[in-house]
Parts: sequence; structure tokens; C-alpha cells
Amino acid sequence: MKKRAFYVTQLKRATHMLFFKHHRKPGVKGWELRKRLGSDYLKILALLNRYLEKLDLQVKSVSAEEVSAENPTKAQLDKDRFYVTLRGTLSPKEVKMMGWRIDDIAGLAIVIATIVARQGKASRDEVEELLRIKLPGWRVGYNVDRYIRAGYIDQDEKGQLYIDWRTRAEIDEKTLVNLIVAT
Amino acid sequence: MQPNRQRRRLGKENLERIIDLCRSLEERGLDPFLVNVDKVLEVIHEYFPEWKSPEELCLDAEAVHQIASALKLQSEWIKHRSSALYTDPLLFVDKLRRLSKEEICTIFLKSWHPVVELEQISPSSLEEAMKYWKSLVPLNERWQRLEGLHGETGTATPEELLRQQIIAEKEFSKELEKFWHELKRKAVGKEKIEYWDFVGADTYEETVRRAYKTSFLATYGYATLEVDRLEEIVYIIPFDVRISMPEAKHVISLPISITIENWKNWKDSGKD
Repeated sequence: MKKRAFYVTQLKRATHMLFFKHHRKPGVKGWELRKRLGSDYLKILALLNRYLEKLDLQVKSVSAEEVSAENPTKAQLDKDRFYVTLRGTLSPKEVKMMGWRIDDIAGLAIVIATIVARQGKASRDEVEELLRIKLPGWRVGYNVDRYIRAGYIDQDEKGQLYIDWRTRAEIDEKTLVNLIVAT
Repeated sequence: MQPNRQRRRLGKENLERIIDLCRSLEERGLDPFLVNVDKVLEVIHEYFPEWKSPEELCLDAEAVHQIASALKLQSEWIKHRSSALYTDPLLFVDKLRRLSKEEICTIFLKSWHPVVELEQISPSSLEEAMKYWKSLVPLNERWQRLEGLHGETGTATPEELLRQQIIAEKEFSKELEKFWHELKRKAVGKEKIEYWDFVGADTYEETVRRAYKTSFLATYGYATLEVDRLEEIVYIIPFDVRISMPEAKHVISLPISITIENWKNWKDSGKD
């Protein structure tokens, strides 16, 4: 009974940590979870994941490194970021209700898919040229800035665009590129 | 002695060329196999016995370092090509051209699992909100000031404006550009121009149209607005080139009321 009460408390604590934003970015680092939930935190996250499945949500970990290790060490897990994401997918109608326009979504898809297909980086000029095929010219630069602000992509001082944390957390890059090529 | 010096100069030039070529691979995203590593190493090897000064040896070390970077790029290139993520760039662009916006959107939704995040209000934001609430004039007083104006307010999307024929889709980009040039012309030698002097027109309808287009200029980085809180005057400052704002931490919305009353006041003030 005591053990059950312990897990219930830890589950609640994990839920609060993962759902509410504590920093500028959502999600919690592995070391923060370990500090609050104890060294057994992966077990508690697995338990939470089972509960969330019924709600079409999931706990997802994103490696701090570009390629995630198959069996991460404790030090690697400490640096990983854990999020709660949607397990399934959204319908176009739901997306519209979330305030996204079709133009914005299509633009984001083009930008991310282009960067992924170009080995993880692409020049902003090249990406904007591609976007101009689908979006009105005056929206192109604004949309790219918006994707950068949202954390989907990042830009270096040489004008190269890279994949950023939100894309790694939210988008199945392989599926996206494969679906575009297969259509 | 002379041919030896000439040979060293030639060797230095070769090393610099190798360094530039290797750097451009990364900076310009060129095909890393443009560098023939075996041949380049032969050149470095050939000139190595000539180097005496620390500068020359540093140049040699830099060239070797850059070749190592080029080799890393070549290795990554092979890994990417053999992975499931590789797509021929030309084929990929062609696919994107053929797909409609709706089709791209549907594909994207199949691979998108958005993060769930709940925002909370911080104590400082709560304090700000309290201050704002306390300084707010009671609603009945505000309504008295607005007596006579019963128009409904709301937001309009470009699609709605297209339907109402306020704007024309194909012409909108051109129209916006023309409008931007007009703003720049009017602000020549002044740096900034009073908002109402730019937006105000002979008719109220035209004024609303101009205000709508001005909001686009400000939102999409072609101009910015500046508020003189003391005088309660809004200025518009045009940019020579479009400004990218990815790092802007606080992008704020500035509501400006374009009522008939405001327009009449501006007309009566006899400006422009």
C-alpha cells in the first residue's frame, strides 16, 4: 500500500513537471526528472506513458545529440529532454482550430523536408526560393522567421538553416520525407 | 637560392588554395568529393621539406586540418546517401512543385505529433495585469465617449478581404510593394512619418484600405511603428530592405483605432 502511494505521488509530480512550462522551452531535462523523482524516474515515466496512451498522448525523449544512442548512458539521459506529445495525428480541421493556416503548415513542411533532404542544412535563399512556389512572396520571409521563433528551425550567421529542437520533438522526419517522395 | 624561394612561394599558394577549397565545401554546401584527397595530400607531402618558419608550418598544419574536415564531410555524405533519408534534390524539388498546398499539408499532418504545453501566468505578469486593470477607465465612461459608433468590430483574414473584393489576390504582392515604395518616398529626408499623415485619405473607405495595407508592411518587416507616449502620436518608419525578425523576443501588436471620428479629426486638422 505504501509503495502504491509512493508511485501515485511520483506520477502526479511527473505529470506536473512535464505538462507545465517551467522554462522558455517546454519539456524537462533528464537530470531535473532524476532530481525530483529519484533514480527510478524512467520507470515512473513508463507508467505515466501507459496512462497517457488512453488520451492519445505519449512521453517522448529527445536526445541532446543529433543521433540518439540505442542504449543511452545515465549521463546521456541526463542531457535528454522529455516532452509530452500527441501520440496520433491531427486532422486538417483540428489544425485550423489551433490557429494554423494551410499556407503556414505547407510552408513548414517544405522548409523541414528540404533541410532534411539536404543533409540537415540548407541555405535560407534556396529554401525561400522553393517556398515562393507555394506562398505569396510577401509571406515567405515572415514565415521563415516565424518557424525560427517557434523553434522548428535555426539559422546561423552564414544564412544556413538547421533543424531545431521542436522539429526533433514533434516531427517524424523520415516519415515526412518518405511520404513526399512516395506521393 | 632564387628558384628555391620561388618554389616556397608556389607551395604556400597551393596550400592556401587547398584550405580555401576545403572551407568552401562546408560554407557553401558543395559536393565534398570535389576534393581529391589523395592528390591534395601528395601536394602537401611534396612541399613539406621546404617549410622552415613557424608560419609556414602552421599553414601546413591548417591544410592537413582542413583535409580532415573534408574527409569528415565525405564520410557524412556517404552515410546520408545510404540512409533512408536520402532523396535526390532535383527529384525532391520536382515532387514539391507537383504537390498542392493541401496535399503537402495532409502529408505533414501524418508525421506531426505536437508537444503538449500549458502556459502559466508569472507573478510579474499578474502584477502588470493588475496595474492595467486599475488604470482602466470604467466601461460606461468609455462607451459614452464612443456614442454614435455602433459598427461591429472583428478581424478579417486576407481570404475574406479577397471575397469582399477589397484586395485582389494576384495583385496583392505588387500592390504591397508599390505601397512600400510610396511610404519610402514620403519619408525621404524625414526618417519617420506620422501614421495618420500616411494612412489618411480623402475618403474614410480609402483610409481603412491604407491602414490595412500599412499593418501588412509593419507585420512583415517592411516598416515599423514608433509611439510617442507623451504626445500620443504614432509614427511609421520604413525600412530600405525587408528586415528579418527571427530573434525578436517581444513582437508586440499595436492596435490603432481607425474610426470615422478619428478620420474626421485628422481631416479637420487640415493635414495633407
